[in-house]
Amino acid sequence: METKDGLTRREFLKTTAATAVGIAGVGLVSSPLDVLAQKGIEPPTFKVEKNPVIRILRWSPFVKSDSEVWDKNTKKWEEMTGGKAMVEYLSWEDVRSKAAMTASVGAGHDIVLGWHDDPHLYPDKLIDVTDLANYLGKKYGGWEAVCPKYGINSKTNRWIALPVGAPGGLMNYRIKWMKEAGFDKFPEKIPDFLKLCKKLKANGHPPGFAMGHAVGDGNNCWHWWLWAFGGKVVEKDGVTLALTKKGTIDALEAGKEFYETMIPGVASWLDPHNNKAFLAEEISITNNGISIYYVAKEQFPKIAEDMDHAQNPIGPIGRPTQLHLFDQAFIFKHTKFPEAAKHYLIHMFEEAQYGAWINAMRGYVVPTLKSYKNLPVWTADPKHTPYRECVANMLWNGYEGPEGPASAAVMADYVVIDMFNDVCVGGKSPKAAAAAAQDRAAKFYKQPTKVKAVEKPKETPKK
Amino acid sequence: MEKKETIRSAESKGNGQGRKWQISEFLENRTILGFIFVAPALAILLTFLLYPLILGIWLGFTDTLVGGTGEFVGFSNYSSLLTDRLFWLVTYNTFLYTVVAVFFKLVLGFLLAVILNREFRAKGFVRAIVLLPWIIPTVLSAIAFWWLYDSTFSAISWILIKSGLMHHRIDFLGDPNNARISLIVANIWRGIPFFTIGLLAGLQTINPTLYEAAEIDGAGPWKKFHRITLPLVVPLLAVITTFSTIWTFADFQLVWVVTKGGPANATHLFGTLSFQRAIPGGHFGEGAAISNFILPILFLCVLISYKYLRREE
Repeated sequence: METKDGLTRREFLKTTAATAVGIAGVGLVSSPLDVLAQKGIEPPTFKVEKNPVIRILRWSPFVKSDSEVWDKNTKKWEEMTGGKAMVEYLSWEDVRSKAAMTASVGAGHDIVLGWHDDPHLYPDKLIDVTDLANYLGKKYGGWEAVCPKYGINSKTNRWIALPVGAPGGLMNYRIKWMKEAGFDKFPEKIPDFLKLCKKLKANGHPPGFAMGHAVGDGNNCWHWWLWAFGGKVVEKDGVTLALTKKGTIDALEAGKEFYETMIPGVASWLDPHNNKAFLAEEISITNNGISIYYVAKEQFPKIAEDMDHAQNPIGPIGRPTQLHLFDQAFIFKHTKFPEAAKHYLIHMFEEAQYGAWINAMRGYVVPTLKSYKNLPVWTADPKHTPYRECVANMLWNGYEGPEGPASAAVMADYVVIDMFNDVCVGGKSPKAAAAAAQDRAAKFYKQPTKVKAVEKPKETPKK
Repeated sequence: MEKKETIRSAESKGNGQGRKWQISEFLENRTILGFIFVAPALAILLTFLLYPLILGIWLGFTDTLVGGTGEFVGFSNYSSLLTDRLFWLVTYNTFLYTVVAVFFKLVLGFLLAVILNREFRAKGFVRAIVLLPWIIPTVLSAIAFWWLYDSTFSAISWILIKSGLMHHRIDFLGDPNNARISLIVANIWRGIPFFTIGLLAGLQTINPTLYEAAEIDGAGPWKKFHRITLPLVVPLLAVITTFSTIWTFADFQLVWVVTKGGPANATHLFGTLSFQRAIPGGHFGEGAAISNFILPILFLCVLISYKYLRREE
């Protein structure tokens, strides 16, 4: 029996099952995911169009092996379906702009691997991927707690994007200097962390955390710090602003104390600055991805040996409050090959592909499905292990409200970083800085969004 | 039969010549010929300049978000911006940046042009060198300044410390005022050649006999400059200054590469804030409204430039 547009039922089951069940059956026998990849979970079925051609936009690789494996996985999909998948790599900071143009014009790439709130800026332009998300969640131990916040449209309660992973940023520190400061292990709580920072500064090895308009490191650091003290931009309802509350003021006061321990100049730091300063041995602690460690391994082995990673310390709120860059894949409705696009995504998420990809990235990207925490990459080097928990320990941009145009605009406007900058560099009192930041946030949270409700999609019948 | 053929061919020949004559007469019409010559450029201007300009103006009156169509909201974006403290800070930054940078570019560029107008060895080589900052792509020079101003690795700080003139690194970009000054200096460095080369061309058109006559009348260097050079280059100076004002006012690349508008928005300009709100922030309408605030200033510049261009004629 041949489907109207393309593959026979047998063929199309073969394509999905080959990647999902079939490959799993063979590949997982000796795989660390063997126990967790549950049997009997049928993959959703797709009527993959004949000779599909899909265009994928994603971020440039952080490590060469990333694109090598991604392209290899893509080629496997092409061979399996007879289709063509063209992957365009773009600098990670530029993906958002290009995806925005694609959404506005209604033409261009079929699939985008974008960041943070991207899918929530144009949810009505995206294909429902609830079937894919449910299947992957069931099969691979469930999504980490933060994933539904990023992937689900809060208005329709449907998945509009598949969380791909987080290039996590944790504490990178020098072991010897920490020990010289009287600490045997990296502090788990902020008061102890501040003590360590002060001691390190006194010893001539100050910490350094980006406080300029650094999209990744700056936002990650200062959102973590704000949330750790119970501060937040907006309440759960997504309307009531909360920046002038006690949590924020506490965070700002402690933030000034923290800033005073740092190397001069951090107020201007963009994303690359802390990497360079750490490798030049100018700073003792910073927040960053695993990239510093890998550059050190290749070029400064002594630093690599003497450095380690740790979770961001916990604040008075008593639980982890990290923020990391967060990548998700979404499909535009303008695609001529929606079934092929969905099939491509599920293929890339299956263990044979995704596992190989995550392993190849050596800890740069942290998976969103719990089973993938068992991949060998996380224990191959003990210095990788802390990164494994990044997604489990993170909150979402716009916490505690929903993802959407307002949360995206507040982050893009660097409202939180500027608030800390106002206190630490601009000389404003914490109350004045918090009030000014709340005014700025109000501009976006008050603005009515013009996003139309997403049409309720038809469920793909399971066969 | 043969005769008929001959007649037909003569007729067709006659018609061909007639058509040619008609076309050439048509092309003799100066209005039509002018329009034909201008049409390609006009089409490009309309498509790539006028259409985006009108679209930008329209977007400024809508609440368009990324991926959405938006609705007409009148002056709501503009009134909202007027109550936005960040917008006023950016207005201050933009005017400060433009006025100070253009002033120094004008003074230094003029001085350099006067010097280069004199006879000296390797004049051609020096003139070529002067053009370098203008030729180098802005992004590349911005990256160079980003390194020079780095709080940890600045070569300027290093030299000053090594030579014993300073004991600590200069925080070029971490302090709001330092950051403003640093970016203005970078902009001046990049913009001087435009003034120098433009004015140098103007200086070379001045008839030397005017200076000789002035010398005979006992005029000194200052009087010659004040009474001959300056009045003769003022129209050109006005045009160059207005062009530079337009470019400086709408600057984007330098700021975006070096500071992204930080620290604490001390270096944000209209161009960078507009981009930040429209693209990463997703608020197209407001982003367009911010850039539309530049329009009256640019319009004024165009009027000034037009006035002096007419005077030149």
